[in-house]
Amino acid sequence: MDDSPAPDGPRTFSRIGQRSPNIRSFDAVTGRTRYTDDLSFPGMLHAKLLRSPHAHARIVSIDATDALAMPGVHAVITGKDMPVRYGVIPWTQDEYPLALDKALFVGDPVACVAAVDEAIATRAAAAIRVVYEVLPHITEPEAALEPGAPKLHESNKHGNITKSVQLTFGDLDAQMAASDAVAEGHYFFEGMTHGALEPHCAIGLWEPHGVLTVWSATQVAHYLHRELSRVLDLPYDRVRVIQPPVGGAFGAKSEPFALEFCVGKLAMLTGRPVKLLYTREEVFYAHRGRHPMKMHFRVGAKADGTLTGCDAKTLIDGGAYASFGLVTTYYSGQLVTAPLRLGAYRLDSTRVYTNKPACGPKRGHGSVQPRFAFEVTLDKLAEKLGLDPIELRRRNVLDVGERTINEFLIKSIGFRECLDRVEAASGWKQKHGKLPLGRGVGVAGSFYISGTNYPIYPNEMPQSAVQIKVDRSGRVTVFSGLSEMGQGADTMLAMITSEELGVDLAAIRVLSGDTDLSPVDLGGYSSRTTMMAGNACLHAARQLSTSIRAVVAEKWACAPKHVALAGGYATERQDTSRRMSLGEAFRLAEAKLGALGAMGSYNTPKDVHGDYRGGTIGASPAYSFTAHIAEVTVDLETGVPRVETIWAAHDAGKPLNPMIVEGQMEGSAYMGFAEAILEEHVIRPDGLHRGPSLLDYRMPTSLDTPDLYSMLVETADPEGPFGAKEAGEGPLHSSIPAIANAIYDAVGVRIDALPFSPDKILRALRAKGAA
Amino acid sequence: MLPLPDFEWLAPTTLADLVRALGEHPTDTLLLAGGTDLLPNLKHGLHAPKRVIGLRRVRELSLIEESADGGLTLGSGVTLDTLANDARILARYPALARAASLVASPQLRRMGTLGGNLCLDTRCAYINQTAFWRGALGGCLKRDGDVCHVVPQGKRCVAAFSADTPAPLITYDATVELVSVRGARTLPVAKLFGGDGVKNHVREADEVLTRVTLPAPARGLRSAYEKLRARQAIDFPLLSIAAALTVGDDEVVTDIRLVVGALGALPRVVRKLEAHVGKPVSPELFDELARAAHTQCHPLSSLGAEAWRQDVVAPMVKRTLAALRASTRE
Ligand SMILES: Cc1cc2nc3c(=O)[nH]c(=O)nc-3n(C[C@H](O)[C@H](O)[C@H](O)COP(=O)(O)OP(=O)(O)OC[C@H]3O[C@@H](n4cnc5c(N)ncnc54)[C@H](O)[C@@H]3O)c2cc1C
Ligand code: SF4
Repeated sequence: MDDSPAPDGPRTFSRIGQRSPNIRSFDAVTGRTRYTDDLSFPGMLHAKLLRSPHAHARIVSIDATDALAMPGVHAVITGKDMPVRYGVIPWTQDEYPLALDKALFVGDPVACVAAVDEAIATRAAAAIRVVYEVLPHITEPEAALEPGAPKLHESNKHGNITKSVQLTFGDLDAQMAASDAVAEGHYFFEGMTHGALEPHCAIGLWEPHGVLTVWSATQVAHYLHRELSRVLDLPYDRVRVIQPPVGGAFGAKSEPFALEFCVGKLAMLTGRPVKLLYTREEVFYAHRGRHPMKMHFRVGAKADGTLTGCDAKTLIDGGAYASFGLVTTYYSGQLVTAPLRLGAYRLDSTRVYTNKPACGPKRGHGSVQPRFAFEVTLDKLAEKLGLDPIELRRRNVLDVGERTINEFLIKSIGFRECLDRVEAASGWKQKHGKLPLGRGVGVAGSFYISGTNYPIYPNEMPQSAVQIKVDRSGRVTVFSGLSEMGQGADTMLAMITSEELGVDLAAIRVLSGDTDLSPVDLGGYSSRTTMMAGNACLHAARQLSTSIRAVVAEKWACAPKHVALAGGYATERQDTSRRMSLGEAFRLAEAKLGALGAMGSYNTPKDVHGDYRGGTIGASPAYSFTAHIAEVTVDLETGVPRVETIWAAHDAGKPLNPMIVEGQMEGSAYMGFAEAILEEHVIRPDGLHRGPSLLDYRMPTSLDTPDLYSMLVETADPEGPFGAKEAGEGPLHSSIPAIANAIYDAVGVRIDALPFSPDKILRALRAKGAA
Repeated sequence: MLPLPDFEWLAPTTLADLVRALGEHPTDTLLLAGGTDLLPNLKHGLHAPKRVIGLRRVRELSLIEESADGGLTLGSGVTLDTLANDARILARYPALARAASLVASPQLRRMGTLGGNLCLDTRCAYINQTAFWRGALGGCLKRDGDVCHVVPQGKRCVAAFSADTPAPLITYDATVELVSVRGARTLPVAKLFGGDGVKNHVREADEVLTRVTLPAPARGLRSAYEKLRARQAIDFPLLSIAAALTVGDDEVVTDIRLVVGALGALPRVVRKLEAHVGKPVSPELFDELARAAHTQCHPLSSLGAEAWRQDVVAPMVKRTLAALRASTRE
């Protein structure tokens, strides 16, 4: 959508492409940012949830008499106060804000107390008497499928299955039969959680004229807005959601949660503002982290390395509720079909309910797990074929304009360059297969979506809109419903606006995440923000630029295309001595045209996917590509692995701000490494979380973290704003299989189950007689 | 946030006032030094004291004194950060400095004290959890229940001994002083621990640990400390190993101490090492000591990964021995 005002030649940028610190960072690192929990209102009450101690239990009765009698307690609510099912996906709404009939996991909320302070609320919650009838529970996904298994959701038509998807593209059996080599593996990806620094927090404020405002640390203010209105039975136009800056989310906050409904309901009941802040333990119960997946992958190739087919079968452990599970089920299959060309592909993915905290989207939603399985299988295949694993990949890279086997249209791809860059930077040729026992390198590649082509609830409205107001002071204000959570989304809007209007970043205010102030954006998930809000912003900014340039051109009696807005000035391109400050230009335009503002919007192209059922899920306006090489050492006596270095190359299209793209790449590589080596979100057979704390859920410290090298591969995507694509999730995928493959190169054992912990490695080494 | 229980807070400034306040109703009073262990445990509802007495204002407790023969007396309030960086400790008792340097994280070492580390509660996957979690489990022998989930038929709590500094202190023959309204007594560090997590120290409720005395290092003393942990910071030990060998000028070993922590409730002093006294320092000797430790040390499931931890006792002991450093006078 480039209608660049530059008259001739390739576009040159003044702001885009520059390394620019995140405009929110200074406040964040100096403690000035006001997160949701930093907000307080006169008369505010504090709420606390009572949670089920049973993995599966019928709620026989709830008696809150003692709690209500405690001084300082204002209200107690239970499932009966909000008997409306919600869920982020309209087809699978299976959750009540507070359990109505049954509690489905240890930690499922059943009641909520509002009191004058948190300590009283905590004590009052403990004084609520709940009588449960304990039911048999399930913690293993296979058990959920057995005949006669206890059923979690009685009204579900498919037993304990949330979603099951079978799709075949091409003639898989023929392709596999015609292969010269086939590699396979049974893989297990343990559950992982996000570990965002800021716990979930929400505040409800009810105004007597009938407007409910909820402040929440959410990534999806818009979906929350819809669900609050539906569940609390308030007109859609009487709910306001404000998202203060979010202290990290990674997918953990991308759907509504019990706390937001509870603060809303309690505020309406008590007439007081009500705050609820989760403890760290409760964040582990809210979860929505990466699904555990059991995967069987087979990949075949011809002797020359041409990939013939891939056969994938995946069992997904969903936890107690559907969450985004329908999408997860599709993603687990749909998102392994690039960057490499497959001759045929079959996917068979099933997500089941278990009595555990619900899984959902974590950075690289649904596709990090199969990517691990696929890339490790490729490594095995390369060995069978006697091919270098990079070379095997190179021989199969998709081309620009090609469609994947499942019909996603690839409009830009820099994967070949990604492979070249990591190969050269890591010294791969001198290292792979050549390092001493105990040290090795491994490679992997991946791709990811720049937003989902279709919104979560069916509608034909824009996926994102941005409004820009230009002021006679010279200031420009950008209103957007996007979700700033540390990733730099506000900075992205400011940079695009600055590029188009020529104003300094300091003169731009970005007001995001307030459903009253800002036009709708669907939220901060699926790496959609730069693509969608970025394009909407560009659309708005260009309208303003056109109007302002026309007014200035009229004054200078030149063509509008000869007026440049840059560096704080409007300048005549052919006679640069003619210039005026932008403030002056804005005043001139305001006098001529009236108050200045513009609305921009973006919707996705509808011709980029297949028209089979499910063909839209996983389709995106553009795809990013990544290659990683990891170098690891393994202690042969203890099995302890150490990831020494990760080289990452990423095609994010045109990196709007290389500093932030590199930050995303480093954060992603770190997060992947963390899952590979240390993290695991384990629910015990009795349904208890193994250790819901940051001491027991071990996220690596800076001392554990490898050296990270990030390399940007630039492509110009025709759809992205200025050619930009995503960078927030893609660069995570390949780090895990690269590490797995490096461990194999180091010590000759395959660890096909995450995490690659020293006990597993030592056991494998012993089995092989190497330790 | 997890709230703290309500209690009365006292912060005396002299040892005499402290001991008196503690003596008033000792069984429902707790002492708080750095608070890095006690506060999480209070928030988890493991204790419900009526009174908590802060120790940080008692200056006498944070002194380091030198004895004439070259030993040191360390106040119980000396921080782990000081232990890790004091030149005298680094020179004379390098394994103690190293153990302190490996505790938790810089912030926690600046708050955490030697006394708190010696009196650290033992740890277990079934007890170091919130009250909600433990309630869902149904409690255990140590609190609110009657079975041990680690040793189901067991009669005592075998939660893991998890402090870093006691093992090296044992190898150095350190002693502790306990003071109460009833008087003072001195015990070897090795005798401070009770072996049952329900009451894992022999300290009586009215006693305060005032100081730790380290005898002058023997001539030829070489010592080391190594710790197995999941991450390079924060984590409690999965195994901790302190070694001290006394070596003559002829490189012949005249005394061997090997102490392994993070197994059961007690630090294990590896026994029957006398047979190795008289041998020269050599890789073979280290192998033999590692084998002895391997057969005597049995990690429990209280900290998880017990089979792997058992497997790595020997390599960890060898590494500790390979890192032995001679004590010097700074
Ligand atoms: C995240 C985290 C990681 C940690 N990692 C480690 C680790 O790796 N290794 C390790 O050893 N510890 C670790 N700790 C525990 C703790 O930080 C240290 O053991 C520290 O030394 C405790 O000292 P303190 O002064 O803070 O003790 P406090 O918490 O003040 O007290 C601990 C116990 O000792 C008692 N006590 C304190 N002083 C005295 C005294 N003078 N007389 C009698 N009783 C006393 C208290 O009543 C309490 O029962 C960790 C803690 C945290 C929170
Ligand atoms: S060792 Fe047994 S009794 Fe002790 S804390 Fe653990 S489970 Fe409880």
